[in-house]
Amino acid sequence: MKTRYHSVVLDEEKCQGCTNCIKNCPTEAIRVRGGKAVILTERCIDCGECIRTCENHAKKALSETLDDLKNFRYRVALPAPSLYGQFKRGVMPRAVLAALRQIGFDEVYEVAAAAELTTYAVRTYLEEYTAANDRRNLPLISSSCPAVVRLIQVRFPGLIPRIIPIDPPYVTAAKIFYRERLPELDYPPEEIGLFFITPCPAKITEIKTAVQAGYHVDGAIPFVSIFGKLQEQVEAGEKIDVLPKSTGVGIGWARAGGESVAVKWDNSLSVDGIHHVAALLEEIEMDKLNDIDYIEAMACPEGCVGGALTVENPFVARVKIRKLAETVNDKELPPEVAALGAELYAKGFFYSGQELPAIPALQLDKDLGVAIKKLEQVEGLMTKLPGLDCGACGSPTCRSLAEDIVQGNAQLSDCIFILREELEELASKLLLLSQKRPPALGKTGSEKEVAKSESKESSGKD
Amino acid sequence: MTTPGMVLRFSVEGGDYAAAGEAASKIKKALRKIGVDAGVIRRVAIAAYEAEMNIVLHALRGRLILEVAEDKLRVIAEDEGPGIPDVNLAMQEGFSTASDLAREMGFGAGMGLPNMKKCSDTITIETTKDRGTKVVMNFDIDDDGVT
Ligand SMILES: Nc1ncnc2c1ncn2[C@@H]1O[C@H](COP(=O)(O)OP(=O)(O)O)[C@@H](O)[C@H]1O
Ligand code: SF4
Ligand SMILES: [Mg+2]
Repeated sequence: MKTRYHSVVLDEEKCQGCTNCIKNCPTEAIRVRGGKAVILTERCIDCGECIRTCENHAKKALSETLDDLKNFRYRVALPAPSLYGQFKRGVMPRAVLAALRQIGFDEVYEVAAAAELTTYAVRTYLEEYTAANDRRNLPLISSSCPAVVRLIQVRFPGLIPRIIPIDPPYVTAAKIFYRERLPELDYPPEEIGLFFITPCPAKITEIKTAVQAGYHVDGAIPFVSIFGKLQEQVEAGEKIDVLPKSTGVGIGWARAGGESVAVKWDNSLSVDGIHHVAALLEEIEMDKLNDIDYIEAMACPEGCVGGALTVENPFVARVKIRKLAETVNDKELPPEVAALGAELYAKGFFYSGQELPAIPALQLDKDLGVAIKKLEQVEGLMTKLPGLDCGACGSPTCRSLAEDIVQGNAQLSDCIFILREELEELASKLLLLSQKRPPALGKTGSEKEVAKSESKESSGKD
Repeated sequence: MTTPGMVLRFSVEGGDYAAAGEAASKIKKALRKIGVDAGVIRRVAIAAYEAEMNIVLHALRGRLILEVAEDKLRVIAEDEGPGIPDVNLAMQEGFSTASDLAREMGFGAGMGLPNMKKCSDTITIETTKDRGTKVVMNFDIDDDGVT
């Protein structure tokens, strides 16, 4: 199987081989084998659910660090809107932006500001699409959470055409940076490093694997890894004056529901938490939500403020974001933003143009006939397995163990209940065998005794 | 069925709204596992869901049977129940005898049978008064027809 790049990886030393993570994975992408968790790369969607679940912190995200800034002469931070919700109440974006400058960035370009252009683009796309399409081609699904997009590719390929083909805000931020700032700077593009300051591993993976046309994000640095440094700077007070461009419309994108509020689309629905998202996608796939236009689906609880690489409690951060958004106007797009949005939209600037293939990672076989046979074997095994979904075998459910067995990656005796049955059988066989004497042995006293007791036993049974 | 395939059975209880939709959902999962085209899965799942709901809503008990071969899919829904007195009438969009309770819960729009017809390539209904109903739906596997 081809291995895909993932930012979520296992820290072997910390993994205790407990089975907490396997249960919570929305694509059943984790197994415990040989006392350690193993991530099945084809299935992993980098949602970070396992990072949240693991008490031993054995799941981590690979990312860039501040050290990587050294590789560039001009370093630009693209902070996610959710970063503003990580600090104490009353800490305003300008203080956060100044802190980013102070820890080593030459310039800061707010993703929250770009999100306002995205707001314009999504709204316009919705207007055009709903006017031109039948209700059965609705609802559309937001493209802003890469974990949700990946979930659709793996589990709901039929819904790929529903994903709004508009770039997520951080991509628009990078594109805008190259459009507006590159001509003003004295550096060639390869000497400029763009770093997305990320709440989650999903964005890291997206950045590493995207075919980036017309823009280039060089890396991603998680909130958790720089929060301490930023906090210090925020407390020390601003030494650099940075004027934030974003308004509440863009900042609001950090929380679940913020996107639909920004886009001002009444007939929309917002869902957060990867398992809730999966349940809702099931409904959409069954044509049960055709009366809704637009779904804002976020993998993390409370939206990006709940990203697996954030520091603040998601519920607290969500309130902070809402309050902050209210204080800096979350009602209307600034007219100049709307004007720029219109100009760029007409040029197709926001169109992502990304081919999103189905990822058939859950399929039993490429060949339909073989897959049918394998499913039949799985069903056969299901009649033998206890159906407790206990996870002790290292697979998340009895059914997934059955599939693993059929794929040659596990054995029936990996199930502790089956193992116990087999041991019991073996033990009684052993007992029987231990009572047998090789015929070559003469009729010794003990032999006679055994023969006697055997005949006693059989006569006793009669 | 031209090639021998596999058969999966799921029982369905009349009036069990809590479990309603589970059989269809299992059928959907099974088809995903064997890699059937997403458009076909959608059609089968919608049709199976409606057939399952009709057992929950209108019959005493029954089952859904999925037959899969390489070139064909078949869903059979059979139940013990009142039967359908006038099939032509029941097939009309909007016709429903669903109870008030069912309507309150959002079921009984009278679109089930019409949708099953739209989603499947062929549908046959055998029904006997006071005995029960058997609906057989066939689906072409490689033809991603639009519903
Ligand atoms: N399995 C069944 N047993 C008895 N009656 C049925 C069955 N399926 C459908 N019907 C009858 O056909 C009518 C129309 O069915 P359908 O189109 O599914 O609409 P709905 O289920 O919303 O009423 C039902 O209201 C019911 O009277
Ligand atoms: S909800 Fe936001 S933080 Fe969470 S995975 Fe999606 S994009 Fe990342
Ligand atoms: Mg019905």
